[in-house]
Amino acid sequence: MPRDSTQSPQTRLTPANSGFSGTTGNAWYGLFPLVAGLAMATALQFILPGAAGPYYSRIVIDAGIAIVLAVSLNIVNGMTGQFSIGHAGFMALGGYTAGILTHYGSMLLWGSAGRHGGFLGSGELLFAASCLAGGLISAVAGYVVGLPSLRLRGDYLAIVTLGFGEIMRVILQQTGRVIDDAEKFRSGGLSQLIPPPVGGAVGFDGLPKYTSLFWVYSLVTVTVVVAYRLKVSSPGRAMISVREDEIAAQAMGVDIARQKVMAFVIAAFFAGAAGGMFAHESGVIISPRDAGFQRSFDYVIMTVLGGRGSISGVLIAAAVLTALPEMLRDFEQYRLIVYALLLIMMMLVRPQGLFGIHEIWDLFAPFLRRQQKAAP
Amino acid sequence: MSLLAIKDLSVSYGAIQALSGISLHVEDGEIVTLIGGNGAGKSTTLRTVSGLLKPGQGSVEFEGKSIHGTAPHRIAQSRLVHVPEGRGIFANLSVEENLMLGAFSRHDADQIAADRERVLTLFPRVRERLRQQAGTLSGGEQQMLAIGRALLARPKLLMLDEPSLGLAPQIVQTIFQVIQQINREGTTILLVEQNASMALQVAHRAYVIEVGRIQIEGPARELAASDAVRKAYLGAH
Repeated sequence: MPRDSTQSPQTRLTPANSGFSGTTGNAWYGLFPLVAGLAMATALQFILPGAAGPYYSRIVIDAGIAIVLAVSLNIVNGMTGQFSIGHAGFMALGGYTAGILTHYGSMLLWGSAGRHGGFLGSGELLFAASCLAGGLISAVAGYVVGLPSLRLRGDYLAIVTLGFGEIMRVILQQTGRVIDDAEKFRSGGLSQLIPPPVGGAVGFDGLPKYTSLFWVYSLVTVTVVVAYRLKVSSPGRAMISVREDEIAAQAMGVDIARQKVMAFVIAAFFAGAAGGMFAHESGVIISPRDAGFQRSFDYVIMTVLGGRGSISGVLIAAAVLTALPEMLRDFEQYRLIVYALLLIMMMLVRPQGLFGIHEIWDLFAPFLRRQQKAAP
Repeated sequence: MSLLAIKDLSVSYGAIQALSGISLHVEDGEIVTLIGGNGAGKSTTLRTVSGLLKPGQGSVEFEGKSIHGTAPHRIAQSRLVHVPEGRGIFANLSVEENLMLGAFSRHDADQIAADRERVLTLFPRVRERLRQQAGTLSGGEQQMLAIGRALLARPKLLMLDEPSLGLAPQIVQTIFQVIQQINREGTTILLVEQNASMALQVAHRAYVIEVGRIQIEGPARELAASDAVRKAYLGAH
């Protein structure tokens, strides 16, 4: 996000912003969080696999992808107060788009669909660009799906978004076989692209496995920073005002239609990029099922548990809910029951989610303020 | 040219006619009040003017330009600001953030800061609670916040829908004093009220609306003295 946006008049409105939230705000505004996040991603990449082994690295990657999806969905469901249960549809669309680009792009560029180059090598750069493209295509879809949200609310909107995910799933099932032979692909004409050769019901197999801790946590960093800065900026507040009271928001000059569509577009972009990461994760074959309702629901649960609008809450919920089924693996046949029970318990004890609408650092705010006062 | 001119406005909710051809005007610098009983069409009038309701027949002009059928956020941006009934506070945002949203359509940072200061001087109670979650304020404080937030949009015309609703008499006094002060500082006000005696005390002119029609109009002082109004709305016998 350009530096200007943080300097919008709305955020500058408070010259006397000397309290706790003001100081964290300023720290977040710098490049610091981005740099720190990328440093963390790099550290994870080089330390974690050696220290914890491939099994735990895999879980951490899964958690990272879930974080991106849940935090982005939270922009629609938590901040703007809409109810989307088609987030996996955006993820799959982005995943397949990125997959087409890396798989067939690699064939055209390097004559094979295999991995090309090392860390930050040309193959990984193609992968990153493909994820970006996946995000952009999903963002376009997000715009289209966001339009009904102008007229529909609550359950009705949920059904439209659900429909989007299911349509994606069915369309992806109708696609053609993956072309594995680079020579054949190069010599074949455009006609082999109809229907798109992305594997039909069995899934898009044979993608180069580029997804790594570094790329996933870089995306996590960008997603969280964008979500946070959105939340404390004027456009983000406008989104929240739509959630709180549409009539009052309009009376303040907020174009609620615009805010809703914008939320859908931003969320879909990150879902698409995360889909790209998912499709290229080793041990994963992205398939039409991944666009379906079950996966969408996983992300809805994460946002509900984390608390609507709480980025840190959703982040923690996404990480915990990804790790939990793995931790419960020893119970094997009982684990789904335990998982479900935990969810029910959570909803009974804390229906507003982990942190409600607050961020984790808000919980320490009174304490820090007291310290500030104590210090002369 | 009137600041706001409504002519022959009719609005219906489905088969139910809520307004049947009302006309009223608000001149620059006035406080005009629209009083009447429950379901008379007071809130409907305000909601139609601010674009929240689908336009019916008739015309609504603000500063000489038709705003009938314009999107509500555009109307708000043209500085015709509506404080909806029930205050419309963003309960989960802080008081400060609520105020910031008031200035959402503006980009003149220095002037916004000055206006914010003015609002906080007008409502010292709001200043004390800047960091508090707005939903935790008392009803009176929320009304003050709602008015303060609307002032940050620099309204030329401020439309208040039942600011006294559900408030203790003492707080109502304070709110009405502030309304007069805002008006003295140059903001025109269209005030919808059930509390007719209070509204007639502060207003310059008044309209009495009954089942979607304007029944009586005139200077507020005259209406307060008229027998018909006293019997119907002021509880005199």
